[in-house]
Amino acid sequence: MSEHVVSEIKRDHIMKLLKDGRREDGRGVDDIRKISIDAGCVESADGSARVKLGRTEVIAGVKIMPGTPFPDTPNSGVLTMGAELIPMAHSTFESGPPGEDAIELARVVDRGIRESGMVDVKQLCIKEGEEVWMCFVDMYALDYDGNLFDAANIAAVSALRSAVIPAEQYGRGENKPLPVTCTPVSVTSVKIGNDLILDPNFDEEMISSARLTVTTDDEGNFRAMQKGGRGSITRDELSLCLDRAVEKGKAIREIIG
Amino acid sequence: MSGQTDMVLVDKKGMRIDGRKADEHRPVHIEAGVLSNADGSAYLEIGKNKVLAAVYGPRECHPRHLQDPTKAIIQCKYNMQAFSVSDRKRPGPDRRSVEISKIIAEALEKVVLTELYPRASIDVYIEILQANAGTRCAGLTAASVALADAGIPMRDIVPAVAAGKADGHVLLDLNKEEDNFGQADVPLAIVPSTDEIVLLQMDGNMTREEFDKAIDLAFGACHEIYEKQKTALKERYAVTKEDEEDE
Repeated sequence: MSEHVVSEIKRDHIMKLLKDGRREDGRGVDDIRKISIDAGCVESADGSARVKLGRTEVIAGVKIMPGTPFPDTPNSGVLTMGAELIPMAHSTFESGPPGEDAIELARVVDRGIRESGMVDVKQLCIKEGEEVWMCFVDMYALDYDGNLFDAANIAAVSALRSAVIPAEQYGRGENKPLPVTCTPVSVTSVKIGNDLILDPNFDEEMISSARLTVTTDDEGNFRAMQKGGRGSITRDELSLCLDRAVEKGKAIREIIG
Repeated sequence: MSGQTDMVLVDKKGMRIDGRKADEHRPVHIEAGVLSNADGSAYLEIGKNKVLAAVYGPRECHPRHLQDPTKAIIQCKYNMQAFSVSDRKRPGPDRRSVEISKIIAEALEKVVLTELYPRASIDVYIEILQANAGTRCAGLTAASVALADAGIPMRDIVPAVAAGKADGHVLLDLNKEEDNFGQADVPLAIVPSTDEIVLLQMDGNMTREEFDKAIDLAFGACHEIYEKQKTALKERYAVTKEDEEDE
């Protein structure tokens, strides 16, 4: 991901526009791109969603099956999330096992969903200590134009909201919707020079020095954060990111429905 | 972060189970230059955490396709030793350690003058000998000292510490019980001379007010730990009058 070079002339152009609070695609600094969600797009999955965030596209699928609980949580279901940056999505993505960028992506999305308690894992117990529902969420980048974090979050959350526990398939009673309690939403800001912008596209992401992803719950409380990138952020910048995460998170939550 | 517990972690007087107040970090001990082969090294204890950090480089970058013609790259390997936690940890990198290695390397890139060493690699190895919550911060704090011990030019040294929430209280530097049965964890690392944030994560559940309070506590503690880092380096390199007379 870091191998790509953005030309000097493009960098200068983006930074010059930002001085006037403008961006190449006409957005303001705190505007997010258009979101479209196609939930339930894959019938073979127990829950799925294909999400477009501008030109960035991510698909997430949920598979649910009976399995053995962890010994320390004998009456809780298991939630596992993975992400792959496949070569289809961008010329800089290579095939092979997930690298550090993919692992970070999966873990940041996982943290927001897990810590918000979105999936009520207590309700996923079939027989205490013996059998619980295991819920696997797999995310694939399909088209990469920046901000995979928020696109993947929306895809995973939408897929989980559409998910059905396939109890009949495994002879465990009737199918029922996956118990979800809330809608965690992440909002990612990046720093370019001394400007903070929301929902960066590819070029903006490439020339940014630092990134901050903030996940909020329905009440606007903070559930997960991750700073990335080689640069730093000040406390004032952090404060601005938090304000925007609450405000824009609310708007995205309404789009998810 | 399980979040749900009846466990009392802070008593009525505001005292924590290990006898600390809410705004106290665990005792910190740092020693610089503890290994002979590495170019720089440091040993750090914070509470029951025991951490070793070693630095090799700047040296030739392997694999070579990672070379950057404009600057050195920092490669970090954070590793928990198999016996460092109560259940044996399966050796080798897992997803958690890959993520931690990445964010620690990124935090260090802000302070190391990497532009002085094009095409080179600066390799940072962090081994957790004993873990008791807060190992990524302990590892980064130790790694900064090891980099300075290696004589690598830096803008500043990075201290790191976590704040969090347990038993409904905002607490500094959570121990294992507070981390396991608490409601939130916020690891933070800063550049002390400018107060810039170079590492920040959060998980759990916090209001804006609680989060701001946690950040305040962590900033204060980072500055205290920074003093310990400098002391460790001074102890390693200070020349006393008797030393000079011996020569």
